[in-house]
Amino acid sequence: MTPEQALLETQTAVEMITVVIDGFEVTVPKGTLVIRAAEKLGIQIPRFCDHPLLEPAGACRQCLVDIEINGRAFPKPQASCTIPVENNMIVKTQLTSPVAEKAQAGIMEFLLINHPLDCPVCDKGGECPLQNQAMSNGRPESRFEGVKRTFEKPVAISSQVLLDRERCVLCARCTRFSEQIAGDPFITLNERGALQQVGIYEEDPFESYYSGNTVQICPVGALTGTSYRFRARPFDLVSVDSACEHCASGCAMRTDIRRGKTLRRLAGDDASVNEEWNCDKGRWAFKYLTSRERVTSPMIRGEDGELHEASWPEAIAFAAKGLKGKRAGVLVGGRATVEDAYGYSKFARVALGTNDIDFRARPYSEEETAFLSSVALGLKTTYKDIDKADQVVLLGFEPEEESPIVFLRIYKQFRKRALTVISDAPVASRGSVKLNAKSISDIKTISGLTAKSVILVGERLAEKAGALSSAVDLAEKSGAKLAWIPRRAGERGALAAGAIATLLPGGRPVSEASARVDVAAAWSVDSLPTNPGRSTTEILHALTVKNLDAVVVGGVDPLDISNSALSQLLNSFVVSLEITHSSVTAVADVVLPVAAVIEKSGSFQDWQGSTRTFDKAITDSLSRSDVRILSMIADEMGTPINLPTVAATAREIAALGNWDGKKIAFEKTSEAKPVIAEGKLHLTSWRLLLDLGTLQDGEANLAGTARKASARISKSRAEKLGVNEGEFLSISSDLGSLKLPVEISEMADDQIWVPRNSIDSQVIANLGFVSGQVTVVKA
Amino acid sequence: MSKLTPVLSANWDEKDSFTIEGYKRNGGYNAVAKALTMEPDAVIAMIKDSGLRGRGGAGFPTGSKWGFIPQGDNKEHYLVVNADESEPGTCKDMPLLLANPHVLIEGIIIGSYAIRANHAFIYLRGEVVHVFRRVQQAIEDAYKAGLLGKNIGGKGFDLELTLHAGAGAYICGEETALLDSLEGFRGQPRLRPPFPAIAGLYAKPTVVNNVESIASVPAIINNGVEWFQAMGTEKSKGFTLYSLSGHVNNPGQFEAPLGITLRELLELAGGVRTGHKLKFWTPGGSSTPMFTDEHLDIPLDYEGVSAAGSMLGTKALQIFDETTCVIRATLRWCEFYKHESCGKCTPCREGTWWLVQMLQDLEDGKGTEADLTKLLDLCDNIAGRSFCALADGAVAPIISSLKYFRDEYLEHQRNGGCPFDPVASTIFKTVGA
Repeated sequence: MTPEQALLETQTAVEMITVVIDGFEVTVPKGTLVIRAAEKLGIQIPRFCDHPLLEPAGACRQCLVDIEINGRAFPKPQASCTIPVENNMIVKTQLTSPVAEKAQAGIMEFLLINHPLDCPVCDKGGECPLQNQAMSNGRPESRFEGVKRTFEKPVAISSQVLLDRERCVLCARCTRFSEQIAGDPFITLNERGALQQVGIYEEDPFESYYSGNTVQICPVGALTGTSYRFRARPFDLVSVDSACEHCASGCAMRTDIRRGKTLRRLAGDDASVNEEWNCDKGRWAFKYLTSRERVTSPMIRGEDGELHEASWPEAIAFAAKGLKGKRAGVLVGGRATVEDAYGYSKFARVALGTNDIDFRARPYSEEETAFLSSVALGLKTTYKDIDKADQVVLLGFEPEEESPIVFLRIYKQFRKRALTVISDAPVASRGSVKLNAKSISDIKTISGLTAKSVILVGERLAEKAGALSSAVDLAEKSGAKLAWIPRRAGERGALAAGAIATLLPGGRPVSEASARVDVAAAWSVDSLPTNPGRSTTEILHALTVKNLDAVVVGGVDPLDISNSALSQLLNSFVVSLEITHSSVTAVADVVLPVAAVIEKSGSFQDWQGSTRTFDKAITDSLSRSDVRILSMIADEMGTPINLPTVAATAREIAALGNWDGKKIAFEKTSEAKPVIAEGKLHLTSWRLLLDLGTLQDGEANLAGTARKASARISKSRAEKLGVNEGEFLSISSDLGSLKLPVEISEMADDQIWVPRNSIDSQVIANLGFVSGQVTVVKA
Repeated sequence: MSKLTPVLSANWDEKDSFTIEGYKRNGGYNAVAKALTMEPDAVIAMIKDSGLRGRGGAGFPTGSKWGFIPQGDNKEHYLVVNADESEPGTCKDMPLLLANPHVLIEGIIIGSYAIRANHAFIYLRGEVVHVFRRVQQAIEDAYKAGLLGKNIGGKGFDLELTLHAGAGAYICGEETALLDSLEGFRGQPRLRPPFPAIAGLYAKPTVVNNVESIASVPAIINNGVEWFQAMGTEKSKGFTLYSLSGHVNNPGQFEAPLGITLRELLELAGGVRTGHKLKFWTPGGSSTPMFTDEHLDIPLDYEGVSAAGSMLGTKALQIFDETTCVIRATLRWCEFYKHESCGKCTPCREGTWWLVQMLQDLEDGKGTEADLTKLLDLCDNIAGRSFCALADGAVAPIISSLKYFRDEYLEHQRNGGCPFDPVASTIFKTVGA
């Protein structure tokens, strides 16, 4: 969908206006800028500061055209990026007006007098709007014989973005993006005249989660990504459309490959999802692909207790032997694609004959299982509902940290029309501050929602007993739209693929005989297991007490679940399908290397439930998708699942379709407030966007902009504890402790917040839980 | 009979002219009392009828500007006085505020009442600290006298007046840049529309007026439309301050009806520096194209100056005699514009950077006749292409100096340098002066 179509969809009865540009008529919605109307005719007016998603600036003056309205001509050429079309308007661009053509050539000449013309060593050379438009709309040769302005180059405005002030044409796209789209005005224009420059406040570097977009929209080589600088020429790159594997926002991506290696990733265009933006994690966190820890060959644990490289047939046979006829479960991590999750789901039911499968490598609850089994897949809320919402409620969900594009969409409406945002977070995140979110502590106190309101529920709401039920209740009573936004890219797809004990693919309840018959017929098997399956912690417990013998683990970090999860794997047969070596591969009996997103095709379901397909970017990769490996193991076990390729899997999923039968009713749970013992504080946590997540491995420049961990407590609590801002606190549970500097915040006195998985603050490893009672003292 | 019509400057020679007592003694604040008994719309109509036009340079009718403010819109309205006088050569508002700050305050009260603003601002050039102190004292005295604050004159009209010191940027004299600066941002011109009358200061309907325009209001209220219209020319009514500076025997501010000529003003100012003759002059500050001795009899009103190819501007008449190198003067001005370009738009930012280098070369006698063509072409690529009028001002002296003194440019090239003795044009030069 183009931005114009998106605009049309959100408006009803748009007034249309017809203008004549270079002798051709074009009809566009009222409010369209002349430069956009010209684009519709295929007339490209050169521009730098203009960007369709930013407010007009009229700063570069490159897009000057001649305009007359009702027979009256403007005395001077006008910037076509600032003037909306009007009836009876006649526009003459550089193609038909010598005045416009000369004006544009003049501006281009001015832009180049202080430009270093270092294209041969510039990252942008070859894909540079300045270079291209200087060729198309500039003078062949400069008449400038004077002295150019010079600056030190480059200066780091953050660890990941470098600024070359000599190349900058001061179009203010980057500063406008930061202010208008991201709400992070950490860069501004400083100084004046030709010495004007983009700058940061020295004590406040450009630590925006969206900073990479400024590099992408910079029309010259002024802003470059540290990780990509001097790495490639654009004409050596092969670009492939892709989807992002980092969260459930569903960003379209572009992956640029040179000789089998990913050099960079860019935000792709999708007006209905990420528009033209993405977050820095999506852009820069791909070094895990080339990590030294990458599993490159199948490995089998020998009798010496060490892992040894093995051939594929050997490893497959070894895995099959260890699983065949055994009581085994399946743990799937959030990185799985829809096809891979379907593979795990089918593998569990057909090859292992069990419903012991769970995609939730994280804290969850029985209530959540019920919610996912009966409510989640039926939710149809989309980005468009956010665009039109009268209120947005965030429950157990920090959009900027956990689904950054959802944040951008909410922020867009907040900026445009002061959209009301309500959050149940105990303390305001920076995202909440930017949205001026109203804080509530009890979901039951929310009132005034309408059918146009949107309730966004995060996976963390499951950590509060009864909260999911209250959210469903709220939606039912108010008519508000409900959405479930898991943090990871694979979760919604895994749920749809039945990688959970209670559901078969397509949302078919395991408990429904007709659903089982359906699937069994499609899979050409006699029957499907009927036993109530185990969930993640139940599977781990069963392994410990020997009720299960073996487990297949695909992309799970045990420390995302609990600090004992790893040890619970120790005495069973573990088949690990992994991208890089991890704590699981260290204890696995057989390790099977799998492809990362860039090396395979597949799809994710974003939080809207939309399918985001992607192709192999690295076409000659030898790595295989999880589903193909599972299919080989199943073959070897004699219980084939017949999923030899991703494409075949996708076809089977499509053919199977969704369940249209009876749904399990959602049994609500009543809320139970956590009891806080005297002298203790209640700890809550969430993950920051940039943290110790394994998919961010190996990208130090990205990690350099991660927010520093701190423990947030109220002012009066800090006074009681005798600590000042920045001094250290010791936070301890029965299982361990953390030491973090204090950040005094507006919050309840009995609450403390720490980041969940950041440097110095890994709460599951350090405290043993993600929320609960802790003892806090001055360190 | 003298051609002067001292109104604003009538009492400048009284030693307490700047005090509230001095101002009141000469009838000050009578106009407020009168205006507050009128309907606000009647005040606007009266200013409209008088034909008062903006004295800051553009000459836009003041009453019409007031009339653009939407009434009954339940929004705050603001009156902002542009006292950021910083055009080279312009020196009317600072002397006025130094000698008679209360006339501005009185005009502000009337203007705010007319447009229904309850908060007015004076954006004052910050470098002129003595004027700042004087205006500050005047505001304090006006508050004490019940002329500002709540229920002014017992008529139920409230007005707060805030004095703000600019931080030394010429661009902040541009009204939208001024508003940005007043809001605490960097001063750069805003995209229009929306115009300040619809969304100005804090996005509320705002009138931005020059000091002299507002200061002229009390006299019109006191003396009536006919009195005001009796002065000036057909389309340029009233009196105004002409500031003569440079090579003139008796420089200063001369308050006269619009339409007076430089020849007449020079007579009042004791003529061009003795022993010298007029070479070129600016009618309204450095950004208005220069004139020569051919233009001595042009009526100095909006239409007259415009018809002769320049602009009335701020009526800052800078007089240069034959000892002055026109390229050198133009270079100095251009350096000013380069320094003051805000950097927002390309032609102004890059163009002034380039022009200064070219002019320096031309002054140094480097370059060829082809460079003059190039220089004019660059000016053509700047004028009318920029975001605001600053760049138009920057190229005005270049284009006009080339128009009248092309041969002097060529003489520099033939001579291999500037043929003028720079000391000869200074006031401390005694020989020949």
